[in-house]
Amino acid sequence: MIQVEGLTKDYGIRRAIDNLTFHAEQGEILGFLGPNGAGKTTTMRILCGYMPPTSGVAKVAGFDIVDQSLEVRKRVGYMPETVPLYPDLSVFDYLKFMADLRHLPDVEEKIDEVLETVHMTERSESLVSSLSKGMRQRIGLAQAIIHKPEVLILDEPTIGLDPAQIVDVRNLIREIGKERTVLLSTHILSEAQQICDRVLIINKGRIAAEDTPERLQARLTGSGRIFLRIRGDEDGLESLVKKVAGVISVFPEGDGAYEVGTVAGQDLRPEIARAVVKGGFDLLEIHLVGLSLEDIFMQLTRDEPQPPAISDENFAEELEQDSGEAG
Amino acid sequence: MRNIWTIAKREYKAYFSSFTAYLFAFVIFLVVGIFTTGSIVYGLNYYGQVPPPDVQVVAGPMAFLLVLACPAFTMRLLSEEQRLGTIELLLTAPVRDGELVLGKWLGSFLMVLSLIAVTLIYPIALNFMTSPGIDQGLMISSYVGLILISAVFLSIGVAVSSLFSNQVASYLVTTAIIVVFWVIFSILAQVGNGNPLLSFLDLSSHFYNDMMQGVLSLRGVVYALSLTAGFLMLGSVSVETRRWR
Repeated sequence: MIQVEGLTKDYGIRRAIDNLTFHAEQGEILGFLGPNGAGKTTTMRILCGYMPPTSGVAKVAGFDIVDQSLEVRKRVGYMPETVPLYPDLSVFDYLKFMADLRHLPDVEEKIDEVLETVHMTERSESLVSSLSKGMRQRIGLAQAIIHKPEVLILDEPTIGLDPAQIVDVRNLIREIGKERTVLLSTHILSEAQQICDRVLIINKGRIAAEDTPERLQARLTGSGRIFLRIRGDEDGLESLVKKVAGVISVFPEGDGAYEVGTVAGQDLRPEIARAVVKGGFDLLEIHLVGLSLEDIFMQLTRDEPQPPAISDENFAEELEQDSGEAG
Repeated sequence: MRNIWTIAKREYKAYFSSFTAYLFAFVIFLVVGIFTTGSIVYGLNYYGQVPPPDVQVVAGPMAFLLVLACPAFTMRLLSEEQRLGTIELLLTAPVRDGELVLGKWLGSFLMVLSLIAVTLIYPIALNFMTSPGIDQGLMISSYVGLILISAVFLSIGVAVSSLFSNQVASYLVTTAIIVVFWVIFSILAQVGNGNPLLSFLDLSSHFYNDMMQGVLSLRGVVYALSLTAGFLMLGSVSVETRRWR
C-alpha cells in the first residue's frame, strides 16, 4: 500500500530525509520512531501530497505521490501533529467542511458515526476554539477517518491525550489497522510496541533500524539485563549468580536488588531463579529489563564516526609544549 | 467545481463571524449613506429640489471604499490558513490548488457582491424621489463597473494572501498593488500624454471615464476580467510553489 524508494527531501541546504526506502502492506500498522527533527513529519507530509520530495519515488495505494497526487489524497486520511482546526467553526461544521471536500454522500450520518467513534458526540455543536487539546486531537482523528481511507497517516496521534483516551485511540488504531494500512509516528517505545506490527527507527533523516518491536528491542539490547530482588540475607548471592552459565556481570543495587548482565539472545531467568532458590535465598522478583527508547537511540547513534578526540596524555603534552613556547 | 463551491460557502459564512468584515461593511454603508443623503439635502437647500438624480453619488465613493475594503476582505483568506496551519489539511485534501484559490476568491466576491447589493437601496430611493426617475442605463453600467473592479481587487488580494501568513502584511501589499493599477497607472497615463498602453492599463479611467459615465466598453470589461483571471492564476501558482518551498 505504501512503497517508498530512495525518498530524499532537502530544505535549502539541510537534508531532512536522506534516501528512505520502506514499504507497508495492507492490514499493517507501521510505526515511525524517532527523536524530534528526525524527519518523521517530513516523510508523512510527502506521502500525503503536502509537498513533493527532492528526489526518490513513493507510491501510496498504487498511485504516484507526485504525478497522481489527487488520487493519493483521495485515499489517504492524514492527521498532522498539531491538529489545525478553524476556531470559528463548530465541530459539526468543521467535519462537514472536510467531508464535503471529499464529496462524501450521507455526510450527516458519517459525522455522527465518526463522532461516536472518537467519543465526541455530545460536543458536536461546540466551537472548535472551546475544545481542549485532547478533544482537538480527537477531532483531528475524526476528520482523518471520516472517509474510511485505505491508508491512514497519523503524526503523533496520542500526544496530549489523557491515559484513558490514549487507550481508546490505540484500540481504534489497532481496529483500523486490521483492514487498512496505518502509518503512525511516535516517540514512545511502549506505544510502538503495543500498536505497531513493524517499527522503523529514523534518526537524522535515515532509517537506523527496521523490524518488529520485539525483535528490534532484543537485537538492540545486545546483551540481556535481568532485574533480581531477594529478601533477607544476601551473603554469597553475587558469587552464586555469577556461576550461572551466560551471566557476565552482577551489580548490587542495594536493598536486595541486583542487576544481572547476561549474554545476548538468551533468556536466563529460569536458570538464575533456579540457582537462587537452590541456594536458599528468598526470591521476590525477577524480570527482564527492557531498554527505553532513549537507550536505543544512544546505541544507534553511538556507532557514528566521532571526531578524533585529544586524549588526556596528548593534551598534557600539548600544554607543556605551549607553556614551553610561551616561556 | 464542487470543491470551489464548498470553499466559497465556508469563506462566505466565515465573514459573518469576523469583526473586520462587520467593521468595513459598517464604514461602507456609513460613508455611502452620508454622501447620498448629503447630496440630496444639499440639492434641496440650494436648488429647492432633488438635484439631477445621479448614481455617481453612490458609485464614486463606493469605488474609493472598495480600494480600502477589498484588501481587508481578502487579507485573511490564505494568510490565516498558513498562520493556523490549516493549510496543511487543505493541501492534503483532494482539492486542486486552483480550486482552493478560486473558492477563496469566490467566497470574498460573494461577500462584496452582497455589500454592493445593499447599496442599491440608494439609487432605488433616488429613483422614487425624482421624476422621471434616474438614468437606469447609467446605473447598470456603474454597478457593473463596481462589480468588475471588486473582482480585480479581490483577485489581487487572494494572490497576495497566499504569500503571507501575516494579515497586516497581506493587507498592505494588496493595497499597494491596487494603488499601482488604480492611481499610479492613472498618473503615468496623464504624464505619458496619451500613450495608448498606459491609458489602457489605467484601471480607474476605465471605471470613472467609461462605466460611471454609462459606457460599458468591451476593452474595459475585458481588461478587468483578464486582470482577475491573471491574478487568480498567479495565486494558484503561488500556492503550488508553496509546496516546493
